[in-house]
Amino acid sequence: MDFTDFAMQVASAIDNFTNYVSQKFGAVFDFISAIILGINDPLTAALNFVPAWLVIVIAVIGGFAAGRLPLALLGGLGLAFILAMNLWSAAMVTFSLVLTAALISLAIGIPLGTLIAESKRMNAVFEPILDFMQTMPAFVLLVPAVFFFGVGVVPGVVATIFFAMPLPIRLTAHGLKMVEPEVIEAGEAFGASRMTILFFIKLPLAFKSIMAGVNQCIMMSLSMVIIASMIGAGGLGDEIIRSISRLQVGRGVEAGLVVVILAILIDRFTRRISQKIDPTA
Amino acid sequence: MESSELAIEIRDLYKLYGPKPEAALGHIRSRSMRPEDSGHFVALNNVNLAIEPGKICVIMGLSGSGKSTLLRCINRLIDPTGGQIFIQGHEITHASTKELRRIRSSKISMVFQHFALLPHMTVLDNVAFGLRIAGISRKERRDRAAHALELVGLSGWNDRKPSNLSGGMRQRVGLARALVMDTPVLLMDEPFSALDPLIREEMQQELLRLQNTLNKTIVFVTHDPNEAATLGNRIAILLKGEVVQYGRPLDIVISPANDYVRDFVRGINVFNVLSAGQIVDPARPPVVLTGTSVTSLPISRSTAGPVAVTDGTGRILGVVEKTASLGASAADWQSALSQDYIRIAPDQLVAPFLEELSRNGRPLVVVRDDDSLVGVVTGSSVLKALAANSGVKSKCEEARQQPESKSAMAAEQRAG
Ligand SMILES: Nc1ncnc2c1ncn2[C@@H]1O[C@H](COP(=O)(O)OP(=O)(O)O)[C@@H](O)[C@H]1O
Ligand SMILES: [Mg+2]
Repeated sequence: MDFTDFAMQVASAIDNFTNYVSQKFGAVFDFISAIILGINDPLTAALNFVPAWLVIVIAVIGGFAAGRLPLALLGGLGLAFILAMNLWSAAMVTFSLVLTAALISLAIGIPLGTLIAESKRMNAVFEPILDFMQTMPAFVLLVPAVFFFGVGVVPGVVATIFFAMPLPIRLTAHGLKMVEPEVIEAGEAFGASRMTILFFIKLPLAFKSIMAGVNQCIMMSLSMVIIASMIGAGGLGDEIIRSISRLQVGRGVEAGLVVVILAILIDRFTRRISQKIDPTA
Repeated sequence: MESSELAIEIRDLYKLYGPKPEAALGHIRSRSMRPEDSGHFVALNNVNLAIEPGKICVIMGLSGSGKSTLLRCINRLIDPTGGQIFIQGHEITHASTKELRRIRSSKISMVFQHFALLPHMTVLDNVAFGLRIAGISRKERRDRAAHALELVGLSGWNDRKPSNLSGGMRQRVGLARALVMDTPVLLMDEPFSALDPLIREEMQQELLRLQNTLNKTIVFVTHDPNEAATLGNRIAILLKGEVVQYGRPLDIVISPANDYVRDFVRGINVFNVLSAGQIVDPARPPVVLTGTSVTSLPISRSTAGPVAVTDGTGRILGVVEKTASLGASAADWQSALSQDYIRIAPDQLVAPFLEELSRNGRPLVVVRDDDSLVGVVTGSSVLKALAANSGVKSKCEEARQQPESKSAMAAEQRAG
């Protein structure tokens, strides 16, 4: 049997639908683009404007203040390696994309996770949606992003947000649900309102779990931003794709290493900072 | 004004868990269905309790018998399915959310089994938490919290986090957090059961010490019979959501309502519950000395040992050790009067005085605050109370003891 015709019909139906949606809701997509570019463009400009040595100094001092000598060394050497590989500005583009996507994911994800933990109905609504989002392979997310936003930074960030958001939502909700019932009862018994209990008891006690979500969100953003280079998001992913297509193994390995270093730095720094500001410690 | 009314009154309280609790409760109340056939879990089954102000009421029962549920109904952390609860005469069962919050912060505070302190706040902030919710100014709440911490012996720990404290100290913080609210009612859900035995006893004594001056109405949940006997003015024994017995510790120890209660109180050390007023010797009525006459002479003069002497209004004058040689002359009695006796209040435990009684033979005279006499505790009255507790009685002893323990109880009722 040949399903070629049928497949083409389905594809064109989807095309029609997305065209219709992007025409009808053009304003919405423009708005989303404006927000993403409004965060990402100044951030990229700023990161590239600040001289590399200053960033390295800040990382060393910050690493020392947040933790100890190893973190300062890691920060200094890691960034120096990126500079030495002549991949500084690509790394800054990637970093800026990661921050933009993670910021938006968290700004939506943490409140949404809170809502899900507080309301059984919201939980019932979002549980299957989150399941669906989490089963989507990273690669497949690029397709709808391109449909609605074309190519470039915006669809890259949109795909990244979709990829990185479920985990902080889940971990926020999980942290809030895991708060000892007795502590919540204590709040109620002393006359606290639901909001007081949420902000003064539940959220502080869920801090560790929420911060694990923050860390995971940033890490997943990084991996997705690299993949999103395929649709023109730019940054380190571009270097990798270019070297693959030109069979430049050495250059590809260099760019890959820089991604790994960036990942390690982001991971260690966010962990250390969240330990440092943990109110329950 | 409030002293005459009950601090807490619980009427026909039910709590059902299941798909349709209200409907099931209707069937159970109209007796068209037995609780066990209702398809619901009946956590509280027609509970009635009246708790007087200033008293410690202990709720005792096995795990799962509904103790925590009952306690949480009192401040409505759990909403009962049916019935009413009155706090100082005001019904709280139908209070709105807003009213409820006000009642909780002004009338009822609570201490939790696992302390339930907030780990991200200092000890002082934990204690001040309730005041902060109540909108008390920062300065006032810090002062009051510091004072409460002093009260429980924890001054100097204000700025530590709870994680730096031992279990006993954490529960002291839990206690301070409840006391600082200055509420008439204090709910305590197994507050000491997570502590080591030695610390537990220390905390029990601490609670009694505080209660001496604070006079709160305390509802105290425990599954430990000895803790119940040590602390309780009244004990309610809960079985599968029903109160099977409610009374004074000694009554429960001496006449348990059924085998469940009997098993429960078997472990109670009777010296924890024997208060002086409960075991005055009925065979040792006082001698009344008015001006020139002596009345109510001891029935059997052969009874060796001291008798108490009162004036016409029942106030203690002293004791007379050797009654056998005395006649009916008031002057003889007057001159034989001695002040060498141990005076104890009716609700004081006798245990600490028993050694004095047995070694030096100094009489134990039970006298109320206003000098009125309750009676004399003798070796034989102590023994009788112990025998009643041991549960091993011969038939004839039982027959003889019945009227005596009744009169002892009557004496105590006058005392209490
Ligand atoms: N939400 C609930 N749903 C169903 N059953 C419950 C619920 N909460 C408590 N119970 C049951 O009610 C009974 C009494 O619980 P509880 O008051 O905590 O007992 P206790 O404090 O005496 O150990 C237990 O058997 C428990 O399983
Ligand atoms: Mg319990």
